[in-house]
Amino acid sequence: MNNVDPELVAREQAQVRERVERGLRRRYRAERRFRFYGLLAALSGILFVGFLFFSIIGTGYTAFAQTYIKLNISFDPELIDPTGKRNGAILRDGDFNGVVKRSLRARFPGVAARSELRELYGLVSGGAAFELRDMVLADPALIGKSQELWLLASDDVDQLVKGKNDRELSADQRVVSDMQFAWLDALGADQRVEKRFNWIFFNSADSREPEQAGVLGALVGSFLTLAVTLFLSFPIGVAAAVYLEEFAPANRLTDLIEVNINNLAAVPSIVFGLLGLAVFIKFFGVPRSAPLVGGLVLTLMTLPTIIIASRAAIKAVPPSIRDAALGIGASQVQVVTHHVLPLAMPGMLTGAIIGMARALGETAPLLMIGMVAFIADVPGSFTDPATVLPVQIFLWADSPERAFLERTSGAIMVLLAFLLIMNAAAVILRQKFERRW
Amino acid sequence: MQTSTLLLALLLLMALAYRFGRARSLRLAGGPRGIRRLHSLPSYYGLLTAIWCGLPALVVVLGWQALDDRIIAGDVVRSMPGAVMELSPGELSLVVNDVRNVVAGNVPAASVSPEIAAAAERWQRLESLSRIGAAVLALCVALAGGWITLLRISPALRARNRVEQLIRIALLSCSMIAILTTVGIILSVLYESVQFFRLVPVTEFIFGTQWSPQLAIRADQVGSSGAFGAVPLFAGTLLISLIAMGISVPVGLFSAIYLSEYANRGFRAITKPVLEVLAGIPTVVYGFFAALTVAPLLRVTGERFGLDVASESALAAGVVMGIMIIPFVSSLADDMITAVPQALRDGSYGLGATRSETIRKVVLPAALPGIVGGVLLAVSRAIGETMIVVMAAGLSANLTANPLEAVTTVTVQIVTLLVGDQEFDSPKTLAAFALGLMLFLVTLLLNVIALQVVRRYREQYE
Repeated sequence: MNNVDPELVAREQAQVRERVERGLRRRYRAERRFRFYGLLAALSGILFVGFLFFSIIGTGYTAFAQTYIKLNISFDPELIDPTGKRNGAILRDGDFNGVVKRSLRARFPGVAARSELRELYGLVSGGAAFELRDMVLADPALIGKSQELWLLASDDVDQLVKGKNDRELSADQRVVSDMQFAWLDALGADQRVEKRFNWIFFNSADSREPEQAGVLGALVGSFLTLAVTLFLSFPIGVAAAVYLEEFAPANRLTDLIEVNINNLAAVPSIVFGLLGLAVFIKFFGVPRSAPLVGGLVLTLMTLPTIIIASRAAIKAVPPSIRDAALGIGASQVQVVTHHVLPLAMPGMLTGAIIGMARALGETAPLLMIGMVAFIADVPGSFTDPATVLPVQIFLWADSPERAFLERTSGAIMVLLAFLLIMNAAAVILRQKFERRW
Repeated sequence: MQTSTLLLALLLLMALAYRFGRARSLRLAGGPRGIRRLHSLPSYYGLLTAIWCGLPALVVVLGWQALDDRIIAGDVVRSMPGAVMELSPGELSLVVNDVRNVVAGNVPAASVSPEIAAAAERWQRLESLSRIGAAVLALCVALAGGWITLLRISPALRARNRVEQLIRIALLSCSMIAILTTVGIILSVLYESVQFFRLVPVTEFIFGTQWSPQLAIRADQVGSSGAFGAVPLFAGTLLISLIAMGISVPVGLFSAIYLSEYANRGFRAITKPVLEVLAGIPTVVYGFFAALTVAPLLRVTGERFGLDVASESALAAGVVMGIMIIPFVSSLADDMITAVPQALRDGSYGLGATRSETIRKVVLPAALPGIVGGVLLAVSRAIGETMIVVMAAGLSANLTANPLEAVTTVTVQIVTLLVGDQEFDSPKTLAAFALGLMLFLVTLLLNVIALQVVRRYREQYE
């Protein structure tokens, strides 16, 4: 045994311990830092979601209210029905705009200058005249009477009442003039300005005037397009999945099909739009802008999603069930139609709903095939020109009118609500019918 | 007869054929008791009859539909006065359109020239004739098909095998649609691109640095020649994708690590679905968010620091695109991290490593190939993303690496070139297809590489 100085050993041990502890402290610090970065990343994801929803809902919730102005309307026969015959065709051409203007002048008799009158008429929407016309057409007895009526306010007034048009700005920076302020304040003091639930937003199609624009046309367009998509992509997708899982021999062709499906799932959606433009519209002559061609393009786009989901659902059916059926003499097709398909159906439907939700939110390929037109009618068939909800959002987001801003956000909220419902349905379906074998 | 009525009639005939086929097989077997003598169940004989009744007739109807419009148009043109035959194809199609409009009732017959009105009348007569012809032919084919099958039914006929053979063919053709789609994409994009490259040389397209596709209407107009050098577009796409990856890779990767290695069950149960919400939001919503909220925010922030941020800056589009891709990266990374065997982690803990050291030095290197594959997929998605850049990025081609300036991307240009009415022979429209070809090739390449990498990696630990 060497003669070792115990003091030296102790000192060395202390040094080592200190070094290790220092290292440990550093390593634990690194550990905490690393963990903090992870937490930060996860929280920032949540933050983004919150910020996104906050900004959309914050600008959009006002779209569900609309301002109305109460005026004393006199249905002057002179303007509406100069012939006095109460004939529908003549009534239809009656000067209802004049009726509105006259009642505005009667309300503010002091206004005379032409430019001031134009500003005064700007308080009420151009759509008010159509409402009056419809009232008179429904009840011609109104002619000659006068009534207190709530009229649709114009978009600028509407924005002002909702507090989105800053009164603080100098006159040349805002859309609403000082005089319009004064008139509105006078009307407001009389309890003649009111905000109501915006039914127009839900029961009319697009319009150049924000206060008359609604999402119904786009919703119906989306519905028709998705109907085509579902009708084509679900049967085809399920059939392809069944073939690949149950029948396909292991050969080159099968490999090729699989590679193609996987690649198509990752092809940018805009390329499908190019395909639709070149093949469906140019080559086959399908009408442009129609839900039919939109549905066809979205079918090709959602097929990979549905095929992949359906294959997973078929794979989840245990082989023992197939073996049992085959064992008692069923053919392969019978095994599939009697046993595998019913058992895999919930999974397939879940995949179909998710595919449909993706198709509902898709915009880019539809721009290519002309579904971006301004369409003021609700489409009635699969070949009518139509637009869909996301494209409507895109169109409104491009509009310069301020009032379209809140309507864009409102339309986004409608779209997100539909997506939420579809995804919730998928989750419920999965939880209710999913079987673990 | 309308096509829909015809199809309905065919359906009815098929139902009848099913009944007859089934009944005949039962009768041949000598009633329900003799069913053992049949090769297949009676319903298979019925199905076989119905299929052979409906299928050929359906083919006839579809073929007729595809051809009759062209044949009628050709015949009407030939019947028109001789001057029409000498018109150029463009003018000819205008005339045909006029006739079509009269036929469809969009234009009253009284308002057009007598030649057109006569042609329209001929068209209508031919059309009704063709409809009747189609109906008669289809119904005859259906009856004949059903009848022949009915006659061939015998107890020895292997009806089930035949029906199942047909079902297999139907299933196979459904899965062939995937191949057809790819072929369709390649052909349609390639065909238009080749036409484009006839007008503009490939080298100019790929290496040119000037992009101004607006063509002049008159030859003497200033700036009349469109320039089709796509380098600024590629650079813009790359810049925005890089910004997007710069946001999504760290955030996605770290949140995947935190959620799979650190987070407790409760936190994970809340955070994961919330992150997945990001994946379900339509891109048009992100585009609106980028243009409405993020871009102004960045500009105000930039002003505070004395920076001049364009209102359509690459940064705004890139950041929002990054947010969109976060869930994509994080779910792929999560898959890859959980695929690393627990034994590797245990070994590392056993050597005294801390959690973060285990993750950094053992788990991440093991999962690296998979994560790289996932990132490549994310890049391909960023390159192909359209709505965010259409709404939040610029339109003018700008060759710069400064993220605060406005740049444009390949997808933005495709949309701006193709939205609205277009003719198929102007280089402007064709350029969109050439860009589409580039987009398709690049994303295809990225996807193929990424899928290969991911697949090889998954096999490694299975």
